[in-house]
Amino acid sequence: MTRNPVIKVRNLVKKFGSFVANDNLSFEVYEGEIFGFLGANGAGKTTAIRILTGLSEPTSGEVMVAGFDARRQPEEIKKNIGYMCQKFSLYDDLTIRENIMLYGGIYGLGKALIRERTNQLLDRLNFREYGDRLISSLPLGLKQKLAFSVAVFHEPRIVFLDEPTGGVDPITRRQFWEMIYETASRGITVFVTTHYMDEAEYCDRVSIMSEGRIVAIDTPAELKKQYDAESVEEVFVKIARPGMKHGKESETADNKREA
Amino acid sequence: MKRFLGFVRKEFIHIFRDVRTLTILFGLPAVMIILFGYVVSTDLKNASLAFLDLSKDDVSIELTDKICSSGFFEKTADLSGYQDIDRILRSGKAKAVIIFGEDFGRDLEAGKNARVSIIADGSEPNIATLVTNYATAIISGFNQQLLLAGQVSVPVIVPEVSMFYNPSLKSQFMFVPGVITMIMILICALMTSITLTREKEFGTMEVLLVSPLKPVHIILGKVIPYFFLSFVNVVTILVLSRLVFGMPVNGSPILLLAECMLYILLSLSIGILISALAKTMQQAIFISLVGMMLPTVLLSGFIFPIENMPKVYNWLSAILPPRYFIVIIKNIMIKGTGFAHVWKETLILAFMTVILIGLAIKKFRIRLQ
Amino acid sequence: MRTILYLIKKEFLQIFRDKFIGKAIFGIPIIQMLILVPAITFEIKSSEICIIDNDRTSESRGLISKLDGSPFFRILQSTSSEKEANELLYSDKADIVLHIPSGFGKDLGTGRPAKIMASVNAINSMTAQLSWAYLSGVIRDYNLDIAISGNPEAANAMAAIGITNRYWYNEMLNYKHYMLPGILGILVAAIGFVLAGLNMVKEKEVGTIEQINVTPVRKYQFITAKMVPFLVIGLIDLAIGLAVGKLVFDIPFEGSILLLFLGSAIFLVAALGLALFVSTMSGTQQQFMFVAFFFMIIFILMSGIFTPLESMPVWAQKIDMANPVAYLMRINRMIMLKGSTLSDIRGDLFALTAIAVIFTALAINRYRKTA
Repeated sequence: MTRNPVIKVRNLVKKFGSFVANDNLSFEVYEGEIFGFLGANGAGKTTAIRILTGLSEPTSGEVMVAGFDARRQPEEIKKNIGYMCQKFSLYDDLTIRENIMLYGGIYGLGKALIRERTNQLLDRLNFREYGDRLISSLPLGLKQKLAFSVAVFHEPRIVFLDEPTGGVDPITRRQFWEMIYETASRGITVFVTTHYMDEAEYCDRVSIMSEGRIVAIDTPAELKKQYDAESVEEVFVKIARPGMKHGKESETADNKREA
Repeated sequence: MKRFLGFVRKEFIHIFRDVRTLTILFGLPAVMIILFGYVVSTDLKNASLAFLDLSKDDVSIELTDKICSSGFFEKTADLSGYQDIDRILRSGKAKAVIIFGEDFGRDLEAGKNARVSIIADGSEPNIATLVTNYATAIISGFNQQLLLAGQVSVPVIVPEVSMFYNPSLKSQFMFVPGVITMIMILICALMTSITLTREKEFGTMEVLLVSPLKPVHIILGKVIPYFFLSFVNVVTILVLSRLVFGMPVNGSPILLLAECMLYILLSLSIGILISALAKTMQQAIFISLVGMMLPTVLLSGFIFPIENMPKVYNWLSAILPPRYFIVIIKNIMIKGTGFAHVWKETLILAFMTVILIGLAIKKFRIRLQ
Repeated sequence: MRTILYLIKKEFLQIFRDKFIGKAIFGIPIIQMLILVPAITFEIKSSEICIIDNDRTSESRGLISKLDGSPFFRILQSTSSEKEANELLYSDKADIVLHIPSGFGKDLGTGRPAKIMASVNAINSMTAQLSWAYLSGVIRDYNLDIAISGNPEAANAMAAIGITNRYWYNEMLNYKHYMLPGILGILVAAIGFVLAGLNMVKEKEVGTIEQINVTPVRKYQFITAKMVPFLVIGLIDLAIGLAVGKLVFDIPFEGSILLLFLGSAIFLVAALGLALFVSTMSGTQQQFMFVAFFFMIIFILMSGIFTPLESMPVWAQKIDMANPVAYLMRINRMIMLKGSTLSDIRGDLFALTAIAVIFTALAINRYRKTA
């Protein structure tokens, strides 16, 4: 694997008032890898991902994504990434084709190309007949797969997935991860947050966040060895447990962010 | 019951947490009162007039002064010829032109009838009418002075006038009931329709429906806080209008408040009905704001008296609740009448409320099934 | 540029996907216009007058017949019971009670001032003032009649000022011609204002704006795409409204249609800019709606269509310089009824353009892709 970093984070701090959501994060993500960003709810994952995608400004620290500075060139970053946010956010009152046409157009793809790729995509997902259905009428699993497909439709360098499998059934989750692998095989770097620890096993490398800090970062195998654990889940429990008593505080952090 | 009270409390907390909304909720009546108390008025003040005085004699100059010192008018231009009239009116710099012809002074002296012409800009008919009326009245008064000046003894009729119910002729007496009506439409109809459709749109209604609360309780729980808020709002408006322009409550305050409650109830049921009809908040807001605002302002008779409208509108506005409420509130507050004079209107409003609630419940049932 | 087209297409699709809204944006303004325009009139219908004649002389009858002959008054009833008369006033059946006390004729005959009392229902101060002005006029005329009949020579020597009046641009003072452009303008603006603003807030509330914000879409592109559909819809509404107005109410069209549409387009941009600005500051559709209501009601009431602008205090007139609706009312009226040309309305158009630019700039500036 090439060790060419596409995301470089040095001493990233993000504060909301007096609350520190991201406390001095430093890490790198390499081109083409699947990077798992783990942590309990409210650990600060979404805050970090919003900074990396240029949706939120860091309080201090250095964040480079796809070669651009997140503070000074967020719009340049946006040209090179795809993003699937935690809350489903395609247009409910548009059809699948209309949504894809919109986002394809925004990223500057030509009409013919969009049509061609849309057809390929619908075939691949096996829902060609749904193409002209409104998004609101689709089941959740399909919606999630679609949101992911739209996020990588323009072949970005990096795709950010924030809790992509939240609330979907195990079979869909498996299919979803197959899509992630397929994407990574095309050379797209995948940055995925999750709190399903079993999913962590599918990642090339993972980082574990707790209370706004990165407490561990390595390949799943190395982590298991290091913490003498059977699974990443066990690693997580061993590391993150001590912080559970602050769980309440972390929850209010997320509320603050939303406000 | 306990569960229900808990739910109502939760709704109250929801409302009070949204400071921005609350500010507007209570700021709006204050602004409306200021608007009607100090800004908007149907009276004529400082209307711009242009004069074309080709005679320039003592009488025309005196008459010009008289017109300009009345407080209704302001002289904005002296024209030099007929060709200027169109220019000044077209530019909108004068609402009317008053013309003294070349022979005005000579005719008067010779004991002939002298002519004054008023040319008003008819593109604003309301102002044109007012300007013409007021100017005519001033000129006629002046005329009479002239005529009677030479007389030794003339029998004169001295009319005395008493302005009933509103001796100082405040235009606010018409507006305050209108303001209350509009605020009620805003808070009650809009707010309830929106909170209820919001629950539907975001799917939280389903969550509530599977709870042990009955649908009726859910709607009631959502509506009660707004009933309370609206009531506080009405009282605020009443107190403010009393303080700001001495709007009296000559009748029974208890009756007044009771009628207000009835009207609030009616407006709330309009809101519930809208929420039963609308699928999204956007629709609900569209219906209540774009669909209801202008008709409420225009057809309830608080700026434009319904009696002056063509006959059909008497019928049409008969289905609009504000029309009755305004009569009730005017009677109680200004004329000081008792229930005997408003029972008919009260009954109509009560009847409308029952029908609206019935319709809303029916619609909701269909929706929920 | 292509990006904007994709975004605009998406907005149009969404607007018309809601079947109710898709129909209502054309239906509601036209229906409301048809209903409201004929309703509004400032004409004062004749005042209902109730007379208590306790004098019953030829003089008092003379005054009554003079009143009867005036188009402004309708004699509802003559009664001798003060109680009955007051009851009529109380129940809104009579607008004026005129009391002629006994001795009225005798006083007039002997040259003493004769008193009469008028009680006017003054809850509506404007109509009360007008009816009183008319009543005074009739009494004045009657005074003159008496003076002249008692002294024919004097009458000949007396010079009188006769008044003639004309209304230009709208000879018959047809209120429909005045109201239609105004009501139409308000409705068109209200639709755009409410829907554009709600669309924007809804994207925030539902979260779809996140997905847009993470794309390279420019801020001005997104705001423009939110404006254009409602600008187009507004102008179509206006065109339909004017066509219907021409057919149904025969409204005149003195000036240039092109100029009217130019003015309306600038106005719409101003209204939409403000709506989007407000929506960038609102978190929920409910909040937006409140602020929208607030602005709309103030703008409309201070637009000068229902009440004269000159009657407002100077400070309010200054504030009104930021009120786009006031400009629209003036521009519409001037073009349609007076046939004013570009040079007549240059100042208003310029001010309106400035407002449009400022509001739009504020909206673009306040919309943040990065928090």
